[in-house]
Amino acid sequence: MYTNEMVESMKKVAAAREANADLEPRRMTAEEKDTLLKTYHPDYKQGEFAELAVGPNKGGKVPTELAALLQANSRIDPADVDLAQVDYDTDVLIIGGGGAGASAAIEADNAGAKVMIVTKLRMGDANTMMAEGGIQAADKENDSPAIHYLDAFGGGHFAAKPELLRTLVTEAPEAIQWLNDLGVEFDKAPDGTMVTTHGGGTSRKRMHAAKDYSGAEIMRTLRDEVLNRQIPVVDFTAAIELILDENGRAAGAVLLNMETHEILIARAKTVIMATGGAGRLHYQGFPTSNHYGATADGLILAYRAGAKLLYPDTLQYHPTGAAYPEQIFGALVTEKVRSLGAKLINVDGEAFMHPLETRDVAAASIIRECSDHGKGVKTADGIGVWLDTPMIELKNGEGTIEKRIPAMMRMFGKYGIDIRKEPILVYPTLHYQNGGIDIAKNCESGVENLFVAGEAVGGIHGRNRLMGNSLLDIIVFGRNAGKNAAAKAADTSVGALSLQHVTDFAKELSAAGIHSDVVSPKLLPDYRRKK
Amino acid sequence: MENMVHVFLMGKQYEVPANLTIMGAMEYAGYQLVRGCGCRNGFCGACATIYRIKGDRELKVCLACQTQVEDNMYVATLPFFPLVKQVYDINEIKPEQQVMMQLYPEIYACIGCNACTKSCTQELNVMQYIAYAQRGDFEKCAEESFDCVMCGVCSSRCPAGISHPQVAMLARRLNGKYLAPKSQHLENRVKEIKDGDFTELIENLMQKPIEELQELYNHREIEK
Repeated sequence: MYTNEMVESMKKVAAAREANADLEPRRMTAEEKDTLLKTYHPDYKQGEFAELAVGPNKGGKVPTELAALLQANSRIDPADVDLAQVDYDTDVLIIGGGGAGASAAIEADNAGAKVMIVTKLRMGDANTMMAEGGIQAADKENDSPAIHYLDAFGGGHFAAKPELLRTLVTEAPEAIQWLNDLGVEFDKAPDGTMVTTHGGGTSRKRMHAAKDYSGAEIMRTLRDEVLNRQIPVVDFTAAIELILDENGRAAGAVLLNMETHEILIARAKTVIMATGGAGRLHYQGFPTSNHYGATADGLILAYRAGAKLLYPDTLQYHPTGAAYPEQIFGALVTEKVRSLGAKLINVDGEAFMHPLETRDVAAASIIRECSDHGKGVKTADGIGVWLDTPMIELKNGEGTIEKRIPAMMRMFGKYGIDIRKEPILVYPTLHYQNGGIDIAKNCESGVENLFVAGEAVGGIHGRNRLMGNSLLDIIVFGRNAGKNAAAKAADTSVGALSLQHVTDFAKELSAAGIHSDVVSPKLLPDYRRKK
Repeated sequence: MENMVHVFLMGKQYEVPANLTIMGAMEYAGYQLVRGCGCRNGFCGACATIYRIKGDRELKVCLACQTQVEDNMYVATLPFFPLVKQVYDINEIKPEQQVMMQLYPEIYACIGCNACTKSCTQELNVMQYIAYAQRGDFEKCAEESFDCVMCGVCSSRCPAGISHPQVAMLARRLNGKYLAPKSQHLENRVKEIKDGDFTELIENLMQKPIEELQELYNHREIEK
């Protein structure tokens, strides 16, 4: 199991534990953070980005892996697709069965629209299910939406679209109430007061949670509600192109049955893209905390249809992915572990940073500690630093870990590691797509009748996202997208269906001298052994 | 040379590195998974798996993404199980014992064999939470079942045909909505926002130049 180096280092961590627990490490100044990010954050690695040669973001930079998919070939030849054979006809077509898609479906159904969800895996196979730490909302006496706004705006390097961020923070308490009314359980004190903690970069304790199954509890409840409403869910079916109508408005999608490979046509008055993130593209070779289907499909489809992307060059590397054991390499270790008092410790047992800096700063700081500072702990797959979990019970008493972070205890427990007694090794893991499709306040993209919600959106958080603001955005913008798409559908009559944009995009690629042998969207990663 | 083990995926033998998870072993063997793979992190229940080590009488269960392979492991995946999910209106039903009798009456046919508990991939006390559901103690049922990932293995082993994860789902929603204490501060804040109490504050902030916002951000007070 552990190497000698790990065992020796663990002894130093244990010896320094009491002193480190009492320590309040200094927070970095704005200048220190800037320098740190520019030197160590993966977003600043020049060679890892490519300039787009075609499309609405022509001239802009995106990760090379994303560029390859954005400028790849369609999975279909429009000439082979009979758009007159409509298999599904609906008012609102929702692509994606995660938290944003489910929230949108419930609200669109509420508004009286005929709704349908398509999802390439099962309903709930989504990053929402895996969100552990919690969801932010300024609902305590000492807090306000304005304070929440400043925390998120600053944490995102003042790049968020102000109107979107305002919506996020202002509608946050109502989002919590909506979830609670659906039956989502939250950690509460006996008098009903929400148990809230800090996240990295928050100035008030506003992280609401359901143990460390926060996202799972939200997702399974939303899924249950979608099923109760008998909203059709077509699972194991991927959208592989958007369909526009003769007026250039989104009007459906070409679907692919993931198992039989049958092509199907869905016609809709409005479309909601809720396809989530991109962790499974493994930017810069990073492992990921994301679910199996996180391959940026929605960005590819929307881009081909003419929607602009915002901040597609900024990704979030969660500071604490599991670095050991190798079976869970890259799996998320929730930020809540640090919210509860665990600190980041280097090979020599030193607390080298404040544990609740924002995620980009914390990730960059860990990368620096493991590279130039030479203070990382070597593992089979690479390197990591300690996250000193026993500190949690030193501070908050025995039983805290089992009660507040049971999933973490279970995940490491399966490999013989008792996180109540031993620290764990962590290293940044690809976690979140900060950028995505550019939307207006009503969630509509640059393509009329194409609405977007959830991680596929860019601009809500700016260039970095705070913990707990993503579970929040899928609810707030998922609901708004559902309401707005339903309202718009009521005023829309669909014209003749067209895939001309797919043909045109291929011509553009050709004219730009790009001849790719890649097809996109990617749909799933390929982890089969390469012989 | 890597340390290798022999595993039998749906009965067919493969040689795979000993350090892999079952899911990793399937991919190493050449499977491009579509079913039976979701979050890959132990939260979604897509990769429920039943296995037996050659020579062992006992059937074991696990999540394929969270379990390391062993030599002579016979693996069957359970990517789908036909759970019964009853449809109801959460606003109409009440947190009373008879809800369970109406929606999931089969829980009263439990014979107490405890196969569900023995087969839980999350090591939950499944039979106990069903007992709580039987007597309408939804709070305890919710607490006991909270870590359920709804993989369905318990139901596959149940002689009474109970859909345990769905029973627990109903109990948790009843508890979350009706039984858990109300959060007065949340209700107050939602009302204050609707009344526009914070509109001016946030609009003032939005109008400030970036330099001023940076100053405010860099020097904001952080709650201890």
